[in-house]
Amino acid sequence: MQIPLIASSASTTPIVVIAIYLCLLLGLAMFSKTLFRGTSTDYFVASRSIGPFMLLMSVFGTTMTAFALVGSTGKAFERGVGTYGLMASSSGLIHAACFFLIGIKLWSFGKKYGYVTQIQFFRDRFESKAIGYLLFPILVCLVIPYLLIGVIGASKTIEGLTSAKSTPKGEKPGMFPELFASYNDAIPPALTGAIICIVVLCYIFAGGSRAAAWANTFQTIVFMLMGILAFYLISDKLGGLDKAIEQAKDSHLVRTPSTGAKGGHIGVPPAMFLTYMFIPLSVGMFPHLFQHWLTARSAKSFRLTVVAHPICIMIVWVPCVLIGLWATGKLPETTPGGAVLAKMVGILIADPIVTGLVTAGILAAIMSSLDSQFLCLGTMFTNDIVIDRYGKDKFTDKQIVKIARLFVIAIVALTYILSIVLYKKSVFDLAVWSFSGFASLTPLVFAALYWKRCSKLGAISSIIAAISVWFYYFKKSGYGGEYTIQAKWIVERFGEGIMPVALSFGAGALAMIVISMVTPKPSKETINKFFPKFG
Amino acid sequence: MNGKHLIILLAIVLGVFHQDFWNWDDSEFIMGFMPIGLFYHACYSLVAAVLWAFAIKFAWPKDLVDWAENDD
Repeated sequence: MQIPLIASSASTTPIVVIAIYLCLLLGLAMFSKTLFRGTSTDYFVASRSIGPFMLLMSVFGTTMTAFALVGSTGKAFERGVGTYGLMASSSGLIHAACFFLIGIKLWSFGKKYGYVTQIQFFRDRFESKAIGYLLFPILVCLVIPYLLIGVIGASKTIEGLTSAKSTPKGEKPGMFPELFASYNDAIPPALTGAIICIVVLCYIFAGGSRAAAWANTFQTIVFMLMGILAFYLISDKLGGLDKAIEQAKDSHLVRTPSTGAKGGHIGVPPAMFLTYMFIPLSVGMFPHLFQHWLTARSAKSFRLTVVAHPICIMIVWVPCVLIGLWATGKLPETTPGGAVLAKMVGILIADPIVTGLVTAGILAAIMSSLDSQFLCLGTMFTNDIVIDRYGKDKFTDKQIVKIARLFVIAIVALTYILSIVLYKKSVFDLAVWSFSGFASLTPLVFAALYWKRCSKLGAISSIIAAISVWFYYFKKSGYGGEYTIQAKWIVERFGEGIMPVALSFGAGALAMIVISMVTPKPSKETINKFFPKFG
Repeated sequence: MNGKHLIILLAIVLGVFHQDFWNWDDSEFIMGFMPIGLFYHACYSLVAAVLWAFAIKFAWPKDLVDWAENDD
């Protein structure tokens, strides 16, 4: 029997709204280009001129990826109320701790000694060029999955918005039945990925770090407002907050682990809840965040970021977790987590302009991370590989900016190709692996800043140990699936499995301590340079 | 105990309070719409912000920052 068609094609208004948003973003980027001073310092760290509000918005926007709106709603739909404690409140405490304990110190050394990348700092601190060549490919390999999350997440969002859908009333056509019939009437992922990459590339190319800070500020405001708008409209459609929460399944209102009717894991096991706290430590080693820290005009610019970051997380995550809980009573259990927010907006609000606005908010959250990551890879390649190898005197300032731009283009192209090849991968699980890798390297930065005795060999051992353990479990997970370590000795002690990051972090910390204690300590000059005496 | 040590101690205490095992099975609503497990952690975010505000007030690395901002 043929399924009846209920309309000729879906309204393309949401795509028009998104196109307007992207044009506004490009306009802002062109404006920020007028502020570009043409120097490499301006391109890499905005001449260290960013004030408190823009620093807060760019740091917050960078740390919140597609996870912020789509992932939080989806995880709450799958796991329930424990999602907020698992990912958000721990981040509020630990991210701010990293900004305070690591960010301000690194900013101080960056300002004093002219660093623009993490590797420059580590090379000086550990008196070793080799550590840079070891760290560079690791950081690049950990950033690339993070970039893929953004591009694939954006493509999936637009595909979900524009594709044909099966409804109880029949088959509802997608937005572009004539243009993209072979893609279920949806904009093909390759086209969405290309548009997102080109838009981000345009403003990074134009104004570097300054353009990224302006664009991130705008995008962070957009995605925070759109999250609140979606929350308000959905709760209104469900009859208010009291009525909306009545929709949630009882199993999702507690953290007690249980199994859904279709086999889904609901709740959060205590050992997972505890060991997940290692993951937010990743911000201490994000190279793109390091670059944002260095853009600060003064250390005082950090104050607002440190205090307001946990509050910003709360403003975005509490509404999204509640929408995820309400969705448990509205959507089938088999709904993919990444589609929950779009479906709740699409089904309950069914207003094309609001749908377009909320989708623009999701893209804003994605792009506000993508730009910084592209930029930081260009900065690292130029400074840590090219300039380190050939010397700064070989290049003019303009040539340095040109090299960075060319490498950014190469990375964007690589990311774009990988996003097409790996399109079917679960992007949110991949994100947790990327964060885990960075978190495993945190003992390196913490020891570099706070432990005079930590040595070059201790640092190198720490990197190798942490990444080896991380890779071992990454492989066991099938290269990016959800995974907890279920070894007998762990289950006997904790009752359930633990997150692999707990072991890779522990391996990195242990190697750092043991090897530093048995190898020569850094020279007096280096200790004096990084542990200055005051008064 | 100076300001820095007090902040470190409070951060550790706050880290321990993240593991609110007493709310694990509780599905009570606060204000009629907020599950207690979510309400507790939303408040936790606010307390974290207050803690870091205290850190800025009482443990700000003034010497380091002055040293970095001095061009010599």
